[in-house]
Amino acid sequence: MTASVVRIEDKLYQNRYLVDAGRPHIKVRQHQSPSPNLLALTVVCPAKCYEVNEDGQVEVTADGCMECGTCRVLCEESGDIDWSYPRGGFGVLFKFG
Amino acid sequence: MTEERFDAIVVGAGMSGNAAAYTMASRGLKVLQLERGEYPGSKNVQGAILYANMLETIIPDFRDDAPLERHLVEQRFWVTDDTSHTGMHYRSDDFNEPAPNRYTIIRAQFDKWFSRKVRAAGAIVLCETTVTELALDAAGKVIGVHTDRAGSVIHADVVVLAEGVNGLLGTRARFRKVPKPEAVALAVKEMHFLPEEVINERFGLPGDQGCVIEAAGTISRGMAGLGFLYTNKESISLGIGCLVSHFAATLESPYALLDAFKNHPSIRPLLAGSEIKEYAAHLIPEGGFKAIPQLFGDGWVVVGDAAQLNNAVHREGSNLAMTSGRIAGEAIAAIKSRKHPMTSDNLSLYKAMLDKSFVLKDLRKYKDMPALLHTNSRNFFTTYPQLMSQAAQNFVRVDGTPKIEKERATTAALIKARSRWGLVSDAVRLALAWR
Repeated sequence: MTASVVRIEDKLYQNRYLVDAGRPHIKVRQHQSPSPNLLALTVVCPAKCYEVNEDGQVEVTADGCMECGTCRVLCEESGDIDWSYPRGGFGVLFKFG
Repeated sequence: MTEERFDAIVVGAGMSGNAAAYTMASRGLKVLQLERGEYPGSKNVQGAILYANMLETIIPDFRDDAPLERHLVEQRFWVTDDTSHTGMHYRSDDFNEPAPNRYTIIRAQFDKWFSRKVRAAGAIVLCETTVTELALDAAGKVIGVHTDRAGSVIHADVVVLAEGVNGLLGTRARFRKVPKPEAVALAVKEMHFLPEEVINERFGLPGDQGCVIEAAGTISRGMAGLGFLYTNKESISLGIGCLVSHFAATLESPYALLDAFKNHPSIRPLLAGSEIKEYAAHLIPEGGFKAIPQLFGDGWVVVGDAAQLNNAVHREGSNLAMTSGRIAGEAIAAIKSRKHPMTSDNLSLYKAMLDKSFVLKDLRKYKDMPALLHTNSRNFFTTYPQLMSQAAQNFVRVDGTPKIEKERATTAALIKARSRWGLVSDAVRLALAWR
């Protein structure tokens, strides 16, 4: 049982989303190198929304976000990220919850 | 709509918001409830267990039409290491009673039902509407809300913040802080579907009887955490949650942790052949009594998960949410009936009533538990479970070793791992925190 065999895409594929195209509800502040907490999000985010780009900066793609708030708890106070709710009706729509 | 003025606006249609809206609407207040999801429940995640008593207080005949999955007759507490579990099970036919005590539910379905009751009681429920900001007057009193729908402020005498653990409004207004990473757990969960008969057979459950497994041990890889398995009618909710601060410190992946739990030799056969239909993630308030923020102010109260009202020791949350929502609703209705304004002084009635209820009494009782378990997580979630497993195996494995030697080996392993002083000190601190 290793982390690498789990494909998060397969898990998120089960879920229902209404993506608000062009209006991401999470933004990462411009940075040269990520803070430890921001870097941690690349592993700790349960939807793997955060990834390191080739320049070593952390980027977010919030389409698969389940709006749990883990990244907000770790990175909002420091200003690393800016977190809002998606507009009404958009985002994850749990069938069972 | 924007010209209208409401007695109360409830933000959120989860357990606490629905309880508050229902309580106020059924007492004749003019209530507007705003929910950002497509339908009530579409943003809500829970295990989920429903505690009947607290719902009964609000809707006495809920069993007639609420979507309930199974009533619980069995609870299994497991302490796990990598290959085994040591368990204590409690199963009683007493739970097959005319009005059962606990049920499994599926939140998206249950919340829709609860919302229908709220509407029937007379509240206006508006979905697909995100409240973006509280509206305050010059003196700092909450006078209504801004939403992402066109239009100006929607006015109300009081706003009930039932916005959940990840609520933005109260923190943006600086009524409370964003929860600290050590005060919330991240839980991930999957819905595994299986035919009803298979679940009945696998768990030994006739009819709509249900079973719960809660597991702690090496499954959380040294983090403070808990795995769970709940039987629904035709599905199994399987999940695991650990403190966010521990995730950040250990850099464990939540979904890898969930998959390892699923593949634990004690869990895997219970899920064999299932079809997974959803993967969800959610935060759980874990800070206990000491993490509860200011609960009321001029023109506002906060209820449920947003107020950190969760009993981590007993895994109770939705009942505390429901009860805090009901009590807030009752307090507001009482203030309204006296024609008093919704000032901070008057709304302190909500806190006074909550103090007298089980909600704050229970949380006060366990006020020292979070700190104990969270700062000693490796001992409680790895070392002791491994020792317990070794002791159990020593006890049951028959290999010709004299029993006296086996007992000595078990005692020696305990002392080696934690020292005599460590064992005594852990026991004393646990007893003090539990007291």
